[in-house]
Amino acid sequence: MELSGAEILVQCLKDEGVEHLFGYPGGAVLHIYDELFKQDEVQHILVRHEQGAVHAADGYARATGKPGVALLTSGPGATNGVTGIATAYCDSIPMVVITGQVPTPFIGSDAFQEVDTLGITRPCVKHNFLVKDVRDLAETMKKAFYIATSGRPGPVVIDVPKDVTDPNIKIPHRYPKSIKMRSYNPVKRGHSGQIKKAVELILSAKRPVVYSGGGVVTGDGAAELTDLVREMNLPITSTLMGLGGYPGTGKQFLGMLGMHGTYEANMAMHDCDVLIAIGARFDDRVTGKVKDFCPDAKIIHIDIDPASISKNVRVDIPIVGPVKQVLADMLNVVKARKSRPNREALEQWWSQLQQWRSVNCLKYNANSGRIKPQAAIEMLHKITGGDAIIASDVGQHQMWVAQYYPFDKPQHWLTSGGLGTMGFGLPAAMGAKVACPEKDVVCITGDGSIQMNIQELATCQHFNLPLKVMLLNNGYLGMVRQWQEFFYGSRYSEVTVEAQPDFIKLAQAYGHVGMRVEKPEDLEGALTEMMAMKDRLVFLDVVVDPGENVYPMIMAGKGHHEMQLSPDCELS
Amino acid sequence: MRHIISILMENEAGALSRVAGLFSARGYNIESLTVAPTEDPTLSRMTLVTCGNNEIIEQITKQLHKLIEVVKLADLSEGVHIEREMMLIKLLAKGSHREEVKRLVEIFRGNIIDVTDTSYIVEMTGTCDKLDAFIGAVHEDLILETVRTGPSGIARGTKGLSL
Ligand SMILES: Cc1cc2nc3c(=O)[nH]c(=O)nc-3n(C[C@H](O)[C@H](O)[C@H](O)COP(=O)(O)OP(=O)(O)OC[C@H]3O[C@@H](n4cnc5c(N)ncnc54)[C@H](O)[C@@H]3O)c2cc1C
Ligand SMILES: Cc1ncc(C[n+]2csc(CCOP(=O)(O)OP(=O)(O)O)c2C)c(N)n1
Repeated sequence: MELSGAEILVQCLKDEGVEHLFGYPGGAVLHIYDELFKQDEVQHILVRHEQGAVHAADGYARATGKPGVALLTSGPGATNGVTGIATAYCDSIPMVVITGQVPTPFIGSDAFQEVDTLGITRPCVKHNFLVKDVRDLAETMKKAFYIATSGRPGPVVIDVPKDVTDPNIKIPHRYPKSIKMRSYNPVKRGHSGQIKKAVELILSAKRPVVYSGGGVVTGDGAAELTDLVREMNLPITSTLMGLGGYPGTGKQFLGMLGMHGTYEANMAMHDCDVLIAIGARFDDRVTGKVKDFCPDAKIIHIDIDPASISKNVRVDIPIVGPVKQVLADMLNVVKARKSRPNREALEQWWSQLQQWRSVNCLKYNANSGRIKPQAAIEMLHKITGGDAIIASDVGQHQMWVAQYYPFDKPQHWLTSGGLGTMGFGLPAAMGAKVACPEKDVVCITGDGSIQMNIQELATCQHFNLPLKVMLLNNGYLGMVRQWQEFFYGSRYSEVTVEAQPDFIKLAQAYGHVGMRVEKPEDLEGALTEMMAMKDRLVFLDVVVDPGENVYPMIMAGKGHHEMQLSPDCELS
Repeated sequence: MRHIISILMENEAGALSRVAGLFSARGYNIESLTVAPTEDPTLSRMTLVTCGNNEIIEQITKQLHKLIEVVKLADLSEGVHIEREMMLIKLLAKGSHREEVKRLVEIFRGNIIDVTDTSYIVEMTGTCDKLDAFIGAVHEDLILETVRTGPSGIARGTKGLSL
């Protein structure tokens, strides 16, 4: 069959099983939009800003594990997408972003709406391509999806000049079923010798702890992780990105670790003798002062990316491979062996952990007469049965969700961890709602963040996406205010969000339901009412205690054992 | 410590800028870099000289490996290898200097490949040290221009970097 470039591009999307495409049209992609118009297999979601398109594709990917796809025009379309691409890159999210480009003869001539998209995106993509010849288009599409979704996932950009999609130039089309690249062969199995060594070490441990990360979620290893941790009675903590990889309400879960991690998780890290890092990358928010990191521990590290291993912290037993398979193999080794973990030592370790837990580091003063943001999140957890997909923005509210909304399942927590992109929440929630229309999807946000992509409320109206927005409104850029309180003598420099819009009216102006709640006694009613409106987008402005801080906190340059605890908790 | 890394990569537009971008983005040093296609025109071979402690070199090689176009690489400094660099150097050659310079070039086994009544162009190949030594041996006022390729390297013996 002879097809034009535009037809090939759309056909490739269908062949990849792409059902939804987030995008925004413009001159360089007109031929592609004309093809999209003629079909109805791939649904195009017209966003209101290209950053929204890319975050939505990202949220779609995080909620499903399938690659998100975005389509942007050249020049400003592509540059508007860059923050979204970088966000996905930092969190290793599979995504394919197609950008239009000026026609090949014009490249390099400073043509209208020309930017060097390849150059601009190179440092924040897993890979990118410029398609110079329509005959390369199909294979490039195949490679892009393969690279984005295999190994350590990440965003791939395909830059397509306008003449490559010319409807009048037709060529024979065949979409390759599979692709082999001599220069790219992600590891499929972990080394069995290393796996055995790791199991030996865990069995000999007296104070083991599992530190699991986002790789467990993107690598579909939650079931295997849960089995192994339960089989071996191991305590487990998780990074911000790994939440949901092991049930948050599970008995063995210590909560998140790191800068705003729990007392018990961070103390366990400091005192452990064997650390089992699984799909986590020893980020600086997690390690604290590297010199004081797990001072007594032998470290096992399972990661699919060799470059993650011994990057920030040297490890003793590296295992390069996909978590799912490595954990399954480990479990088999454990089951085949006669010896069991050191029961007595483990019991002692658990009683130590219990003691740390009894400090109750997440306690807050619930009787201040104002709505506490923590209480609002706990209430949402109760009302949703912990089963909603939660997207967050960046700031204090993000940390509070991580602390007070225990995730029992993977792919239910969508947050920008690595780049920390304010404005991620609403479009990500939108992408998740497109992917999972039957699920409750809630965007928990701050009064700063929500205004960074608030235009997407129009997209939600246009495509009837009845997600929920829960705004924890503290009138501040709260996270920054907290740092200014702690480290800059409470000199609140440019963190007061004065002149706020009336969020109720704003929501209504976009055709949604707007509500506000100000009193603690009204909180449950308001949240219940919000969640009950299944087919409407409800924007709930929750007016919270403005001065609340996120605790515990490891200050810069401190170790895990040197946490600052909340004045409200029970360490005597 | 100085390391010489040999990289076999797809001969595609943009591959070089990925390598250069990686080094600048991560703050690694590049002392020199040479690249050209191999006997298989779909592959390029790059020789890159960098420096850093063992941790940094380990990250550099891992990060290079992660680039999709990189097919294979080796840190040549880990084994016995041979390095050669080529230099073109234009020297002032007038009066008594003409003979003196010519003798020096012979001692260093270079070739004079262009002659005018006031200048020579000398072609010289060798290790970086040898080229440095030649430059040191010529009076600095006589040096008009130098162009160096940066070293290319290859491992000794039958083992090597190929597909
Ligand atoms: C305001 C703010 C505060 C923060 N505070 C904290 C905090 O207190 N605690 C905290 O933990 N984080 C915190 N973060 C997040 C932090 O910045 C990092 O994003 C996070 O710690 C990284 O998580 P991760 O190590 O799980 O890595 P990810 O970025 O999720 O990386 C996943 C790792 O798994 C590997 N991987 C991927 N797929 C597979 C597979 N299939 N098999 C094996 N390996 C795989 C990857 O190679 C990579 O090494 C904060 C962020 C913000 C914005
Ligand atoms: C795009 C972007 N700009 C700036 C920052 C720096 N920053 C981190 S948290 C924060 C404040 C967030 O305020 P808000 O959304 O109101 O949430 P809160 O902390 O009050 O819960 C800022 C400005 C960022 N993370 N992202």
